[in-house]
Amino acid sequence: MNRPRFRWHIVVFLAPAVIVYTAVMIFPLFNTLRLALYTEIDQNRVFVGLHNFQTLFFDPIWSEQFWNALGNNFWFFLIHMLVQNPIGIALAALLSHPRLRFAALYRSAIFIPTILSFVIVGFAWKLILSPIWGIAPSMLDAIGLKSLFAPWLGKEEYALTTLALISVWQFVGIPMMLIYAALLTIPEEILEAGEIDGITGASAFWKIKLPLILPSIGIISILTFVGNFNAFDLIYAAQGALAGPDFSTDILGTFMYRTFFGFQLQLGDPHMGSAIAGAMFAIILVGVCIYLFGIQTRMRRYQL
Amino acid sequence: MKNGSLKLALIGTTLMATGAYAEDVTLTIESWRNDDLALWQEQIIPAFEAKHPGIKVKFTPSAPAEYNAVLNSKLDAGSAGDLITCRPFDASLALYEAGHLTDLSSVEAMSNFSDVAKSAWQTDDGSVSFCVPMASVIHGFIYNKDAFAELGIEVPATEDEFFAALDKIREDGTYVPMAMGTNDQWEAATMGYNNIGPNYWKGEEGRQALIAGEQKLTDEAWTAPYATLARWGEYLGDGYEAQTYPDSQNIFTLGRAAIYPAGSWEISGFNTQADFEMGAFKPPVRNAGDTCYISDHTDIGIGMNAATEHPEAAETFLAWVASPEFAEIFGNALPGFFPLSNTPVELQDPLAKEIVGWRDECESTIRSTYQILSRGTPNLENETWGASVAAIKGTSTPEELGTELQKGLSSWYAPHQ
Repeated sequence: MNRPRFRWHIVVFLAPAVIVYTAVMIFPLFNTLRLALYTEIDQNRVFVGLHNFQTLFFDPIWSEQFWNALGNNFWFFLIHMLVQNPIGIALAALLSHPRLRFAALYRSAIFIPTILSFVIVGFAWKLILSPIWGIAPSMLDAIGLKSLFAPWLGKEEYALTTLALISVWQFVGIPMMLIYAALLTIPEEILEAGEIDGITGASAFWKIKLPLILPSIGIISILTFVGNFNAFDLIYAAQGALAGPDFSTDILGTFMYRTFFGFQLQLGDPHMGSAIAGAMFAIILVGVCIYLFGIQTRMRRYQL
Repeated sequence: MKNGSLKLALIGTTLMATGAYAEDVTLTIESWRNDDLALWQEQIIPAFEAKHPGIKVKFTPSAPAEYNAVLNSKLDAGSAGDLITCRPFDASLALYEAGHLTDLSSVEAMSNFSDVAKSAWQTDDGSVSFCVPMASVIHGFIYNKDAFAELGIEVPATEDEFFAALDKIREDGTYVPMAMGTNDQWEAATMGYNNIGPNYWKGEEGRQALIAGEQKLTDEAWTAPYATLARWGEYLGDGYEAQTYPDSQNIFTLGRAAIYPAGSWEISGFNTQADFEMGAFKPPVRNAGDTCYISDHTDIGIGMNAATEHPEAAETFLAWVASPEFAEIFGNALPGFFPLSNTPVELQDPLAKEIVGWRDECESTIRSTYQILSRGTPNLENETWGASVAAIKGTSTPEELGTELQKGLSSWYAPHQ
């Protein structure tokens, strides 16, 4: 009888990670989803099934806020995709240029905002853009463009875009670093082979490098998506829980916070809050699934 | 053997721990008044501890905007302090109903307060009181006396005089006429709408009628203040849309603005910041000779966490808070937070004295949205913030705002359906 021994060491080594992850991630996640199915009536928790979701999507008072927050969230995401990632890729392409001097300095300088806390970034930019003390109005004044200045963070039509751009400023270092790392892995031989065939300069980037870093761009897109739909900190630090002016910067994160914990005279409602959190989870899950099954599996990979 | 000694050690430490408790009870106070940390640590707590050896008090405030959320989470988790600073009305009522606050009706010292003072921390029928009233704040306008003297402006008593004064300041151009921004939203509602509003809805009369459902938010008395706010926009500084509350405070105390729509809580901060003389005037009445109404808003109370381990010590502290001794220390250390106890307290600060004097000339009321009306979704107070900002920016007309607010209120409040 040569029955293989049960390999206990696998269980032992897995246990810490599994236990910690279950306790701090999986359990809270499912408990939140469960909480969304209840409501509180006269201090008692009552099971109401999907009623909270029905309220969230179909009661005009709630749905108006929800769709507003979701719309703002998509705009927030769109700005990141259109501004942050192209700039990140461009910066990485410049940095990986062999003849660029001080590349390490630029790399660090651009990456530093990423490690700053949201509170610092929110507060610093609020001061920079402040119409009263800020340096933005005086800088524009110095080049004769004072008329272009507006109290951006206080205007309904600009506030969200401004905040999205601040967030781009903060996080542009991440796509830059990832793409930079991907660009470095491209072997010289391939580029040289292209050169012999007459592909140099910009066309080398478009025809050789870009297809090779596409998987990295995909990863960055999905990271941006998840990050943006979970965003909360910057808006809260800069505009507060009411995400003013007139809810124009309200995203799902701030809407969830306000509902869950309450605000000023509005009392917290953990059950509706959990319903919003559940909706956020579903949106992110769908987004990630579309990427994983719709895009990633079809992406062409090259053996380098 | 080994087990036995471990047990002994455990029992030993437990005994030591309980022994330490018996010697000194430490009470922790939850509060949103982080501005008052020094005052509590240097004046109030030492005064109490000197009289009550054996009780130590710790004041642990959190940021005002987060207080309610933080407190609720702490109470649910069982980690909240023994004493809880009470927000007025529903926030505290909900805490009482959830069993987090102790019924204090039987505490003898509660008889030091009038019914109006206690009203902010009672059940709707008034049978149970759950927080000791500490202070109220009064709304009005603080102005730069030097600026007024320089420009030769008299203190305005009517609305026409008020806007004439603003025009004059703007024409001169040295000062920003009025320091207020709309970025943080609440100032527009609290220092704007609820500051000038009582003169329109006749204080308690209108407020009670609104609660009873006899008046609607679409009535002239409730929309006219928005029309007045709409005229404020042109007198606020450049870029007021992005001006925050601290910005406004700084603009005024740096002497760059002439008038500051205020709550009396600003007094102590302004006293240390501003190096010019300040005066105050009450919200201008619509026509000369009208009765004036002021918002004398019950703002702070303090109650006992029902889950406290030291109910006797906590009660001792609350009884002391209700005493004239506390009112004297508190009222003078925090000019602008006016004690509510029946025993009159002599205030030293001239600005605070001027403002509290309005209580004799005008009818007092509290902020219109605080009692009962902000119980449902949408929350009337939060909606009023947005509406006041929209009025000042001119993005909606007063009538539109009234209709919208009324629609929200009618959607959940039975007397308005």
